[in-house]
Parts: sequence; C-alpha cells; structure tokens
Amino acid sequence: MKHVDAVVIGSGAGGGVVAKELAVAGMKVVLLERGRWVRPYECAKDDLRNQRTSVLGASFGPEDEGNPRVKVNRDGSEEIVYPSRGAYHNNAMCVGGGTASYGAMAWRFMAQDFRMKSTYGAVAGSTLEDWPISYDDLEPYYEKAEYEIGVSGDVEPDPFKAPRKKPLPMPPLPPNLEYRILKPAALRLGLHPFDIPMLRNSLPYNGRPACMRCRWCVGFACELNAKNGTQNTVIPKALASGNCELRTRSVAKEILLTPQGRARGVAYYDENDRLREQTADLVIVSCGAIESARLLLNSKSRLFPNGIGNRYDWGGRNLQGHTYTGANGLLPFDCYDDLGPGAGIAICDYNHGNPGLVGGGMLCNEFIRLPYQFLGRMPPWVPSWGREHKEFVRTWYRRTISVQGPVQEMPVWDSRVQVDPKVKDRWGIPVARLSGYKHPHTLEIAEFLSRRAEEWVKEAGAIRTWRRVPGDDLSAGQHQAGTCRMGNDPKTSVVDKYCRVHDVENLYVVDAGVHVTNGGFNPVLTIMAVAYWAAAHILASRRRGA
Amino acid sequence: MIRMKRSRSLDRRSFLAALPAAGCSRPGRGYRFFTEEEAATAAAIADQIIPPDQDPGAAAVGVVHFLDRQLKGHYRFLQAAYREGLREIDQAARSRFGKRFAGLAFDQQKALLAEREKTAFFRMIADHTMQGFYGDPRHGGNREFASWRMLGIPHPPVRGRQR
Repeated sequence: MKHVDAVVIGSGAGGGVVAKELAVAGMKVVLLERGRWVRPYECAKDDLRNQRTSVLGASFGPEDEGNPRVKVNRDGSEEIVYPSRGAYHNNAMCVGGGTASYGAMAWRFMAQDFRMKSTYGAVAGSTLEDWPISYDDLEPYYEKAEYEIGVSGDVEPDPFKAPRKKPLPMPPLPPNLEYRILKPAALRLGLHPFDIPMLRNSLPYNGRPACMRCRWCVGFACELNAKNGTQNTVIPKALASGNCELRTRSVAKEILLTPQGRARGVAYYDENDRLREQTADLVIVSCGAIESARLLLNSKSRLFPNGIGNRYDWGGRNLQGHTYTGANGLLPFDCYDDLGPGAGIAICDYNHGNPGLVGGGMLCNEFIRLPYQFLGRMPPWVPSWGREHKEFVRTWYRRTISVQGPVQEMPVWDSRVQVDPKVKDRWGIPVARLSGYKHPHTLEIAEFLSRRAEEWVKEAGAIRTWRRVPGDDLSAGQHQAGTCRMGNDPKTSVVDKYCRVHDVENLYVVDAGVHVTNGGFNPVLTIMAVAYWAAAHILASRRRGA
Repeated sequence: MIRMKRSRSLDRRSFLAALPAAGCSRPGRGYRFFTEEEAATAAAIADQIIPPDQDPGAAAVGVVHFLDRQLKGHYRFLQAAYREGLREIDQAARSRFGKRFAGLAFDQQKALLAEREKTAFFRMIADHTMQGFYGDPRHGGNREFASWRMLGIPHPPVRGRQR
C-alpha cells in the first residue's frame, strides 16, 4: 500500500477533525474506521435498537458477534459483555463515531475545569490533576469547532462561562414546554438559566436544513441531516480535498514501530478480514478512550513490552465518564409537547464554588424520553410490574419532568482499561478489560447536585419528586475519557500537551482519552477543540520541518 | 435417530441440549420458537405484567409474538432461559393448584409471580414484556400503536414541522 503522510485511526469527534485539518492543508491522509457509514435515511426511529437504547442491538456498531469485552465487577467477578447488553461501555463505532447519533450538546469547559488541582487541591484517592493547557489555549479552537461543525444556542445569559470572543453561529431553537416551565422556576430560585449550545442546526447552515423537532433525536441518526457530526461536516470536507481516503470496516490491530522506536504505520484488518499494513509519517490514534488505550496496550514490542505509552504504567489508567445525577418530578399538568430534541435549558450555577465540594456539574432538562426509556426512571414507590405500574405510566408519562446533569468525576487510578489475557475478538485481537469504580467524592457531588435538581423541579410545580442517585460502579460509556492522560511529565502521563505520545515522537492520541479531567459537561466540543489544537501543532511543526 | 448415530462423540449433556432442536418441542402454530403451551404461559405472564384494563393488556397487543420473534433473533442466546423459566412456573402452578399457569385465576397467577419477582427469569420476562408493549410495533408487539395511543403520543408523527 502506498505510503502516506498521516494515517488517522478512528473517524469520530477527534479523528474526523484531524483528518480534515491535515488533508485540506495538503497532507495525504488515510482515515481508517472500523465501522461503516450510517446514512440519514437509515434513521430507523427504532426505539429498541439505537445508540441510547440498544436492547435489540447496537445499531451504530459494533455487532455483538465477535466483539466481546471483559468487565471486572466490584466483587472481583468477571463477565464477558457485548455491545448491546450489560456493562460494555459502548461508544458508537461508525463514520462520525458518537457524533452520528449523539444528543449534540456543545459545551465549552470552564476555565477551572482545566485547573482542577490548582483550584481545589489534591483529593485523597484520586489522581486529580491540572491539564497542561488552559482554557485560553483552546478558546480559538472551541470557536473554530462551533463555526465549522455548527452550533446553535444562546450562552450569553450564563454569567459563569469562560470568556469568549464570538457569539454562537446560530440562535437557539424555540423553547419547548419543559423549557417554558423550568425557566421562570430557575429565575425565582435566583439561578441563571440559558439555552443549551447544541451541534444542531436551528437555521439552514453549511448547506443542510434546520431541525424539524422530531422526538427521535438523541441515539438516532438525523433523518434531515440537521444534527452536526464529523460525518456530515469535516469528513466530507476532508474527502473533497482529494487528499483523504476513508476506509471503512478497517479494524486496527497494532501500531507498527521502527527498530528505533518511531511509528511507521498501523497493521489492520480490512473489510475482507485481510491483514494489511498502512505506513505513514504520522500515526494518529482516535478510537475513543477505551479502544485507543486498547490499541496502544496491544502494540507490544521489544522497546515497549507493556505496550506503547505505558512505560510508567499510566496507559489505560484513569478511565472516567460522567456520573449522571438529577431529579424527576410529577406535575399536575402536561409538560410533554412532543417537541424534540427535548433538552433546551441549562444552568451552570453549580459547576464550581459549591461549599466543601471539588467542582460540580451542569444541570439541564432531559432529552425526550421515549416510552420504553421512561420506564428506566420510575419512582421507587411504584411496583415494577402489574396494574399500578401501568396506571402510573398512563397517568404520568406526559406529566413527568426531569432535570439532570453530568458530575465532573474525580479520576481514579484503579479505574482502567487493560487488554484481557485470554479473550480475543473475531480478528484474534485481545479485547479491552474494564475494571474500577467511582471515587466516593464523585458520589458526594452527585448527591449534592441531585438535591439542587430536586429544588428546581419542585419550584417548577412538582407535587412529588424522586432523585436519581448513582451507584459506585465504573463510569465510562459514551463520555469515556482519561486513559491516555495529557501532561508535561512523561512519568505521570501518556501524551504531551499537543497529544503526542511521550515515547514516540510521530504518534498522537486525539480523543477524550487525553482529557485529564472531563468537565461537568458533555465532552464532545472539547474533543473537537483539542483535535483542532493538535492538528495546528502538527501542521506548524511540519512547516518548521520538525 | 440416524443423525444421532453419526455423531458418536455426542455426550449425554449435548444430547439433552439437542433434544429441543430435534423436534421434542415443536413450535406451535404461528410461532417460531414457543410451543403452544409455552405461548399460553408467556401470554398469561405478560398479562400479569401489563394487565388489560380500559386499555389493552400485553398479550392482546402481540407481546408474545414479540418475545417469540426475538427468541429467534437478537435474544436467541436466551432460548434455554425462557424454556426453563416457563417450565418452572407452569410446574409450580400444577403442583400448587393442579392446573397449568394459564388456567389459574388472576390472583393465583399474581401470587405465584410475586414470589418470583426477584428471580432473574421474572425480571427478564418483565423487561422484555415492557419492550414488546411500549416499543416500536415493527418488532411484533404494540399492535396498532396501542401503548402510544394510551400515552397520547401522536403516531405517525407530523413530519416537516418547525415551530
């Protein structure tokens, strides 16, 4: 196969952006994706088979068959888990990765989110640390992501946001009923509600139409193509440049190294399961926090007997996601108006500055709960089956309001990705082995935030409320992060501040794996901003001839 | 039987496991997996989980067909669990009340299931019944969008709306 300037492994939020930046700058790029294209017309609106509810299959990949993982439980027992069931912690595997089906909240982290240890001090039992880069470093790249990928919303009323130079490129969608109920309640409580930034067109933008407000949003491909992911923005641009070749159904096996320890390419299985080698000057790993760690750990050699980026045992450590917490309430009137995407209003009053707590998280109303999803958040006083269960669903489905948010987690050294010594996937590649737990303080923050959510729901008129209290099992899922930590010290991190693996000068990791901490926000816009930041560095060092 | 002779290495365990496939439990009319007896038991259980009232119950909207289809599809790895779970409940009904589960009075059925509500099988069939009742009709349940009508969710949705 023809040698290229760069091979990018994974076409999600990180890989899609990097591939486009390098290709439009004139570099020859091969973009490998283990999944396939999911087209807008494939938005099957199937509420049992999508990215959020996958009981009948993970429709954005991978298939159950041949793609197991091993999950180590808190009691030390192990189980083999599959993408559509159990604790697989799946993220979508298709062109666009999670961005093809996500809810599309487009948060910038706050300035403190990059300086958690400096702001709050060390936390016992946690590997809490500052990022080696600041919000100011990323600000121009956040802006670039907002404009190139496309964000609607209105964050101006949020007094807690970090400084920004330009407003969002699109106004928010008009409010739905939940929004109109929750906003005055938040104002009465002295909170500061505003319109959630979303990677979703509220106006025709970039040649695609505006959102039609259907109920099949989070977890689904957008039928109108009005939801913006890398699959309908930067990846088409990369391909149009003529410098990028996308190869789908290509499963990376290992990073290939020269005897001197430079990356020379990647070995992968192509769509016909043939083992191929793609050589390149630069190798960029963007498979998501779990699969990127797995690929590096599976790349064992004489120089790196424990896998690449793992010389000091940091590879795959600090796996984290978001601990979702919140409250539900029963209203004496309808709050369901069938206007998607559902989520629209948020507050950042509790992200930082909470007495006795290290950080916090954003709170917002929830996306539309399709009927089967609704059953997952029934109140504890309702029987789990029978007449009363049915009666509750019938009476309250349209009158249940839900506020929730992601807790910024305290990273845990023992929460980790390893490669399993026994279990292999259908290509014979050792699979990811997941183990760990949530830090106790993460649960304390969740408890606090759920009480604030409950206050908001009560103020909105709820006559009865119940809180969503998380357990302490491992957190990762679609917001998976942390496994290839970014840092200045090679002894306590995997990549440097430009996402370059400390040990291998032409190998990069560009996805949420590099996040030192994961913010009290959905992480995708930060993944994109870091990808633009890393790409700018790659291009600058090429110009310098480095 | 000819087939059995050929596989000489067949041990007792795999012989027993092969019995259902060998036709010892033939699917009932209109079913892909369930026998007629199993389908009747599953229907009675489903109607306990979501009973008929002013709105249809689980069995009337096709939940048994939903289960049956999935057991030959995405849930095929659960075939043995279903076969065993349904058999156990039917056997309990016979030994306590002298009748098959489907023939018991509503409250007798409810009592038997209440004793089992923490078991893995009951949790599973309860969850799958909810999927069949509240999920998309394309999978064989929720006929005529019965549950969505019950909840007042318009279907089919209005397309092209922008308000």
